[in-house]
Amino acid sequence: MNTPKLRVICASVLCAIFVVGLFAGTVSPYPYAKQFRERPNAAPSSTHLLGTDSLGRDLFARLIYGTRVSLLLAPAAALLATLLAGIFGGLAGLVGGWCEKFILAATDLSMAIPLLFVLLALRALLPLDISPVLSVIATFALLGLLGWPSSLRVVWAATKNLRNCDFLLLARATGCGRWRMIVRHLLPNLRPVLFAQFWISIPVFVLTEATLSMLGLGVIEPLPSWGNLLRGLEDISAVTANPWRLTPLFLLALVVICFQLILPAQEETA
Amino acid sequence: MPSPLKNLALTILLALAVPVRAQTGGELHFCLHGEPKTFNPILVDDEASENVRYLTGGVLIRLNRQTQALEPALSTSWKISRDRRTITFHLRKGIHFSDGTPFSSEDVAHTMRLLMDPETHSPTGDAFRSGEGTAQVQTPASDVAVITFPAPIAGLERLFDQVAVLSAHSPKKEMAVLGPFYVADYKAGSYVLLQKNPNYWRHDAQGHALPYIDSVRLDIQRNRDIELLRFRRGELQLINRLDAEQFERLQRENPAVTRNAGTGLDAEELWFNQSPAAPLPASKKSWFGMTEFRKAISMAINREDLCRVVYAGYAKPAYGPVSPSNHFWFNAHLEDPKYDPQGALRLLAQAGFRLDNDTLKDRAGNRVEFTVVTNSGNAAREKIATMIQQDLSQVGIKVNVVTLDFPSLIERMTRTFDYEACILGLVNTDLDPNGQMNVWLSSGENHQWNPSQKSPATAWEAEIDKVMREQATAPTEKERKAKFDRVQQIAAEQQPFIYLINKDVLLAVSPSVGGVAPVVLEPWGLWNVDTLRLGPAPELGAQE
Repeated sequence: MNTPKLRVICASVLCAIFVVGLFAGTVSPYPYAKQFRERPNAAPSSTHLLGTDSLGRDLFARLIYGTRVSLLLAPAAALLATLLAGIFGGLAGLVGGWCEKFILAATDLSMAIPLLFVLLALRALLPLDISPVLSVIATFALLGLLGWPSSLRVVWAATKNLRNCDFLLLARATGCGRWRMIVRHLLPNLRPVLFAQFWISIPVFVLTEATLSMLGLGVIEPLPSWGNLLRGLEDISAVTANPWRLTPLFLLALVVICFQLILPAQEETA
Repeated sequence: MPSPLKNLALTILLALAVPVRAQTGGELHFCLHGEPKTFNPILVDDEASENVRYLTGGVLIRLNRQTQALEPALSTSWKISRDRRTITFHLRKGIHFSDGTPFSSEDVAHTMRLLMDPETHSPTGDAFRSGEGTAQVQTPASDVAVITFPAPIAGLERLFDQVAVLSAHSPKKEMAVLGPFYVADYKAGSYVLLQKNPNYWRHDAQGHALPYIDSVRLDIQRNRDIELLRFRRGELQLINRLDAEQFERLQRENPAVTRNAGTGLDAEELWFNQSPAAPLPASKKSWFGMTEFRKAISMAINREDLCRVVYAGYAKPAYGPVSPSNHFWFNAHLEDPKYDPQGALRLLAQAGFRLDNDTLKDRAGNRVEFTVVTNSGNAAREKIATMIQQDLSQVGIKVNVVTLDFPSLIERMTRTFDYEACILGLVNTDLDPNGQMNVWLSSGENHQWNPSQKSPATAWEAEIDKVMREQATAPTEKERKAKFDRVQQIAAEQQPFIYLINKDVLLAVSPSVGGVAPVVLEPWGLWNVDTLRLGPAPELGAQE
């Protein structure tokens, strides 16, 4: 199979998953929180396509609602992080001097602080009576606000390379203004890097949310997300006994692979 | 055979001999779930050290974990004075410590002095500190010890179950023991090896020296999944507490290795924050302070479902502070509140609440909504909270569930009081209600719904204070029981803690271990360690 065809397939798969997530309310056979207490840990059947979880909740319903949560908010968080990385990384690379030193020092400091502990502390500061929906938004907003340092370094390095390029020197020599130079010459050349950082960040944030949910943070009950669905995999022997519980993991892996396979296409087309 | 080949064959034979010996050679293997902090029995303050103390320490009086009655151990008899301040022990004669040092009343005096010395900071000694002054120990004879405390102590004789006697003269100090085993080797982070005490005083009915087992290896293993894996591989012979899911799976695989000791003493409970210092809206403080509100919440929770769904049926609904497994102190006259959402709604209506389009509102029109916090990482509690969320939605109450890391949760519970309701577990290791004094007295730090009160906030808390103090000084156990029954009655009427479930005590025991009779009290499957045997299971079953 040639690469463009594979990319089309991956894009189609991602679109299909997005659409199902978006219309979860229509596709789902049951509300995601409804507990069928007579049928906990049920095997897949015509009533429950993917079986039920330990509280008797339909896993198919939870998976598609979880898809909506994870796949809509992770790109939003990735966009925020890439935007912050683009602004400050570009500024550092372009201006140089004390500004560059300050921004890079702040980035190094941010990278040295374990993200998990910062999130734990910030979550503890949030009010307790926050609704599940707001909690999800807050979690992804925090991920977006704190997940920029590694992208910033990449953007900074790319900008610094571009700054000394001949075409920028020529533009500067011909009297091109600073803003025009940024908008017309710098940003189009940075686009592949920014796109790459955006696409890479999405699966990273999905996985970080999964980690947070496994620690009891992030998305709170009864709202599902891929993260809290993956908590069912903590116990290996339970998974061996109920292998259909691996479905969220397969879906996550599929999405991450699709994103990775689409990524080179973005770099090439840009 | 050439020599190198001989050596190789010998090595292989020796290597093969190890598992055979592990099965039949008398070494019991099980895990400690943490590093023992001390081997000094009077300084014990953690579960791992407590296990070592139980296996190595000799005590004057032993609580029989099966009958829950006290039995003579190093003392043949004891007598308590009428004022409950003095206890006189008559000691066994001809007993020696593990290093051969003779045992006498001087050792009892030495132990009590260390135990009661404020400089020692003994957690075990704290239970004996009944009043100002120190305990006096007299030794009129080598086999008689008389201990006098400055003030009466309720349940005095029971406290001696925790006091391992130390030698006053042995050069090995606390490493010389009177229990069935002594500490032979210890590698930090890895294992504690106990060897049979050759001078152990107990013998079986045929006169054979106990314990039957030669040694016990306690591997230090915090990860419960790895512990279970090792048990499955045959590397361990006993797991003391399994969670319900692990137990059920193990039962499906091999029912012969699973043992259910019955309903345990520990309870899971829900309570509302009634502290006046809590930064909560006045409406919520008013709901949480209403007896009808708390009772209605209790009635709207389906405890049977909690037991069946969260604990796979290995739990019982809990209705009070004392588990039915605590034979003496359980108040059997308490009424079992049934799951009754309609009854809950009637009770709420009496208290001024009304159901408006499936939403419960108070007199002022505020929607009844609160947040339940619990500690993250405890799957069972998170499930309980989620099920309560659905149960209470049936009576129009919106519940938010929030999990917090333990330090944050404790900070909110004890310092900022910034929470509305909480689900946590009450760990009960002591049968005697005196162990719960800090929970029931309104001045207690563990009086969780409204801790450290200067004076009781309500009339019923004042009554609990009075009755708890009276039971602590009552002259007979019967009178103490009557008083504590009243405390249980008030707790059931007022529901300051909404007790949810009592978990079963679930164990895994290899068929190669004979004589195991699991109990609901610590150390569960090991309480009769001196009569456990190792060997092929069927023969052992016949012997026992």
